[in-house]
Amino acid sequence: MRYEISKDVFWVGAVDWSVRHFHGYTFNTGSGTTYNAYLILGEKITLIDTVFGPFAAELLEKIAEIVPPEKIDYIVANHVETDHSGALTEIMRAAPRAKLFGTAKCREGLYRHYYGDWPFQTVKTGDTLSLGGDKTLTFIEAPMLHWPDSMFTYLDAGQVLFSNDAFGQHLAHSKRFADEVEPGILMREAAKYYANILWPLSRLVLGKIAELQKSGLPVSMIAPSHGMIWRGDRGVILENYARWAQNRPEAKAVLVYETMWGGTEKMAGAIYSGLLDAGVETAMFDINRADRTEIIGRMLEAGGYLCGSSTHDNSMLPNLAGFMHLLKGLKPQNRIAAAFGSFGWAGGAVKEIEQIFRETGLSLACEGISAQYSPDPRDLEKCRNFGREFGRKLIGPPK
Amino acid sequence: MSKYRCTVCGYIYDPEQGDPSAGIKPGTEFESLPDTWVCPECGVGKDMFEKV
Repeated sequence: MRYEISKDVFWVGAVDWSVRHFHGYTFNTGSGTTYNAYLILGEKITLIDTVFGPFAAELLEKIAEIVPPEKIDYIVANHVETDHSGALTEIMRAAPRAKLFGTAKCREGLYRHYYGDWPFQTVKTGDTLSLGGDKTLTFIEAPMLHWPDSMFTYLDAGQVLFSNDAFGQHLAHSKRFADEVEPGILMREAAKYYANILWPLSRLVLGKIAELQKSGLPVSMIAPSHGMIWRGDRGVILENYARWAQNRPEAKAVLVYETMWGGTEKMAGAIYSGLLDAGVETAMFDINRADRTEIIGRMLEAGGYLCGSSTHDNSMLPNLAGFMHLLKGLKPQNRIAAAFGSFGWAGGAVKEIEQIFRETGLSLACEGISAQYSPDPRDLEKCRNFGREFGRKLIGPPK
Repeated sequence: MSKYRCTVCGYIYDPEQGDPSAGIKPGTEFESLPDTWVCPECGVGKDMFEKV
């Protein structure tokens, strides 16, 4: 089947229905993903990105339905990462006269991946490449959105922005356009993607959106390298990116805990009740049962984080520790936080969680709360009050 | 002479070293770097740096 997404522009990517762990085990893809590659039929036949290596044959088949692969003149590599460049070795074999275009960092990075001796032209922001007729590409470097080599490519015919990983979603779907997907699912996947991949780079996201607006390039379609393509609804994803990047969350709470024998879990339940008493929408996750990628996605919209762990070897438990490490790297800002947990003798987990919150740059709304062994009704009442107090601080003074 | 850190990747600009990869001579203050200078590791602009 041919997918012409804009006149003379074809989606030639692959849908990976089976992948569940991405970037090693850093991102759980609940419903798989897509690797989007695009073929432009200009006087010069141009391929924008490729796909993950195991899908190279599928990419070549899709191209062959439209044009013999050996006729490809240009290949734009917007990003080095292997889920977009993995088919390059096979494509370069099938398209021996093709020339590659990418940033200087892309050239270095591709070499360090594939050690190929390929013709490569380095491009910078504002450089253009005529494909003949009414089609010209303009390149826009996008360093650290999300790797040093990252780049956007703009096609004037149809006003298509090939944004690579920006504005993407890990979502396997038989449709190609964002407006063909149920909006709640779509935006939840876009938020999970932003939170888990782009959140620490938020300042750069804001800068790049401003740069795009200032450039005056009219954009009618945003074609990312994962997930659905934005057309009439492109403004919605731009607005959401700007909002997420500004780190202006809502008065919602996310509560994450790890428990050994159930004491910390009981505390979490009482704190949760206190948050609800305060009128705060709260999501609660046992780190050993919940999906880490989903939790981080929820944290993007929430202004209050509560993390708890039993103490083990004078420290927090290992799976919450891994989660806290992940959270710190994502650099959430403008949020309040608090810690809790049960202990047997000396304790240690609560102080350790508080230390990570401080290092992350989050302010501690309440002093951490502890209970020895299994919390009694008085401890649980204290936890409930702790939740109420946190909730009141999250909502802020009456307006 | 003050060192500056890239807030994105952690690279430290040391004015005593300069940035030979971009033709910046040793002894060049961070403030004197051209506006077009970017982090040699990750490519972001001067505005993403903070004083160490």
